[in-house]
Formats: sequence, C-alpha cells, structure tokens
Amino acid sequence: MPKKSVVPFGPQHPVLPEPIHLDLVLEDEKVLQAIPSIGYIHRGLESLVTKKDFQEMAYVAERICGICSFGHGMGYCMTIEEIMQLEVPRRAEYLRTIWMEMSRLHSHLLWLGLLADGFGFEPLFMHSWRLREQILDMFEESTGGRVIFSVNQIGGVKKDMSKEMLADFQKRFDQIEKEVREMTQVFLEDYTVRTRLEGIGILTEEDAIRRGAAGPMARASGIAVDMRKQGYAAYNDMDFEVITSDKCDSYGRCEVRIGEIFQSFDIIRQCIAKIPDTELNVPVKGNPTKGEAFVRLEQPRGEAFYYSRTNGTKFLDRMRVRTPTFANLPALTQTLQGCQYGDVPLLILTIDPCISCTER
Amino acid sequence: MEEIQKDIYKIEKVDLLPIIMEKKNNLWRLCQICCAFVDGEYEVTYSFASGYEIDNYRLVVGKDEQVPSISRVYNSAIYYENEMHELFGLNVEQIKVDFHDKLYRIEETAPFMKKEEEENA
Repeated sequence: MPKKSVVPFGPQHPVLPEPIHLDLVLEDEKVLQAIPSIGYIHRGLESLVTKKDFQEMAYVAERICGICSFGHGMGYCMTIEEIMQLEVPRRAEYLRTIWMEMSRLHSHLLWLGLLADGFGFEPLFMHSWRLREQILDMFEESTGGRVIFSVNQIGGVKKDMSKEMLADFQKRFDQIEKEVREMTQVFLEDYTVRTRLEGIGILTEEDAIRRGAAGPMARASGIAVDMRKQGYAAYNDMDFEVITSDKCDSYGRCEVRIGEIFQSFDIIRQCIAKIPDTELNVPVKGNPTKGEAFVRLEQPRGEAFYYSRTNGTKFLDRMRVRTPTFANLPALTQTLQGCQYGDVPLLILTIDPCISCTER
Repeated sequence: MEEIQKDIYKIEKVDLLPIIMEKKNNLWRLCQICCAFVDGEYEVTYSFASGYEIDNYRLVVGKDEQVPSISRVYNSAIYYENEMHELFGLNVEQIKVDFHDKLYRIEETAPFMKKEEEENA
C-alpha cells in the first residue's frame, strides 16, 4: 500500500509572487488533499476604521493590494456614496471605468507573464510584462502613480484626462492590442503550452458553485456571471458580453482571461468615444448618516465584495472587503485534489492568487 | 424573518440551517460571511448569490453566544468561519476544518480584535 506523506509547499516558492502555505497530503506523486494557510502578510487594514475617518479610508482601501488597488478604492467609495446617496457625475463614472479596465489589462498581462514563467517559457514571460509596462506608463501619465493611484474620492474622481491624452491613449492601446493578439496566439495555440494546461485542474460548473468560485475561475467553468453586467460606473452604457469557457480546466481559465483582455480594449475604446463632459465630483458635506451598504465589483481576479457600516460620526463601525482570491481558495483545494505534484505550482497560478488582497 | 434593509434579512439562530439548506439545494453560491462587532453584539451576515441576485441574512448574537457552523453544508464557509473566530473571537460551533487560531499563521494571539481594544484602552 503506498505511503502517505505531507509535503509543505510555500510560503516561499519560485512560482509564488506572494507567500501562501499549503500542506499537501501526497500518495506517491498524487495529491490527496491540500490544506492552505495564510496570514504572513495580514496587516489588519479593515480594523483601521477606528483610527482613520471615512475619507481617509479610501486611501487605506487602495493599499489592500498593489494590483487591484484602483478597484478597491472605487469599491469602498461606492459603498459610502450609496449610504450618502451621492450621484457621481457621469464623466467620473467613465474615467473610473477606463481606469478599471486598464487595471484589468495590466493584471491579466501580469498573470500571463507569471503563467509563462511557471511553465518555463521565459521569452513569453518577458514579452507579457513588457506590454504590461506600457499600461503602467499610461497609468502614471493619467494618475501620477503606477501602483497606488489615489484618484478615487467619495463623490467622484480627483483627476481628469484631456481630449488629447485620450486620443493619444487610444493610439497606444491599438498598438498594444495588436502586439497582445500576436503574443496570445502562443498561449492559445502552442503545443507545449496546451500540453501543460489542457485537462489540468478540472473544476466543473457544479463544483464551482458549491465552492463559491468567482471571476475568471467561475467563468472558465461555464458560469456566465460578470459583475460589470450589473451596470455600475459606466458599464450600463457599454456593449459587451460575458466571456465564458466550457472547458473547466487551466486552458479554459487562460482562454477567458485572454478574451477579457480584448474586451477591456473594446470597453476603453467605447468609453473614449462616449465620455461626456461633466464635473468630476460632487461635494461631500458632513459625515455619512447611519447606514450600511454592500457593493459587488468585478475586479480583474473576480467578484469583490465591499461592505461599509456607518454610525453618523466620521468613523465607520465596519469596513469589510471579501476579495476574489479568498472566494477562490476552496476552488483551488478542489482542483488540487487528485492532481500530480508537478502540476501544483501551475494550478495555484491558474486562480491568479493575490495574497495581499486575501489577507488585508 | 424581518427585512431590515433591501436584501438584508434579520434571522434567528434556529432559522439559519433551514435557510442555508434551501440556498444550497437551489444552487445559490455562498458569496461571503461578514462579522461586525457593534454595540456589544456580533452581527454575522451571510450573503448568497445566484447570478446577479443577492440575499443577505443577518444573525445577531451576544458576545459569549455560539453560532452554528455552516461548513458542513457549504465547504467554502470554513475559511470565513475560521477568520471570524481569529479576527473577532466569534464562537463558531464545530467548523468542519478548524485551524485552531492558525488560519492566519502569525505570531499574534487570537482574537486580534480583543488585543486592539486593550491597546486603545
């Protein structure tokens, strides 16, 4: 009878950009069970509500993560805007949508690079990150930051993009899109890449629901849910379809993310064409009244859940963020069950883990 | 069951498991569980989603009361319940996989909230 052994995986591992630990119960090379533990970068950001006022918490929310920072700031601001019943000007909603889609672009390009690095395709990794740098350059030009942007504020945004800047960005996006199209052909068609991804880490539609999977992880299992379809920000003016795959494996997750890259280019193009000329924000007077609000956003890694509870003072009772990686941890343990030990790093990558977000 | 705000229903402890079973059988996804400590009581909010629909069920319990675990129905609740226990000290009965205060593997004594209260005092 084969002997069972427990192999610790992480928190430091070449494939992991951030620390996460898994105890893998193995029978020979086969993984029987995976037990994750987190916490190495827990900063207690949610508990800062007792020390930072509701305006300052927008900056705290952005610092939850360096990749999804824009969305976290936006999600938090939306909860307070709902409680205070503020109507955000349309131009601000369009600018938020553009920055949100730029975040999706750089996040998915980052993921493609990490995936290529995971299966040892170094030139593909460098090519993905070279293209990502160009998106970050545009972030820097439009917001002043490459990681933390601080353009969201309760009631709108702080910075505008001029007509010239939008026209220039459009040209650059067209060029990047062309290069991404060439590059992603390798991810989707190369024999070696397909061999590493196809049929690996199966997550059926039913399992994805039962395990509470979110975002591309769920959509790659055939679940057509994308929070952008709720119509927040300027998404109600955009024409786009939810991208899904019925492959339910690692290749399906790659296919969905690549599809979303091109969708982001298209949404940005629509935003630039339709952006109205209005104010950038509405003034916020006084403290939020007593209340609470839930907001769901589509972050690059999936559905993120924001909750704020106010008490009439400038400090909140509670601010809560449930990030997509937290929701995808149970799905990860499901995909790891029964896989080969050699596939573990790649399967961890296919959920696009963001541990800073998860631990807050 | 009382609707306290749009899509937020206040429930009693005895109602929790029947609601959870109903959601599970109708293939609703556990979206999140949120714990808040307000006015000396815990508010535990369970959010379920089906497509774009969302329902939130809120249980209000005293500081020393126990909350039944839903992890035997929804496996993904394991992480939320362990987190609530470690961050807030909420007593959750019989979590399917109990991390014994080590979901967050750091050199801090759980619950973290109590520690912050002591620092502020």
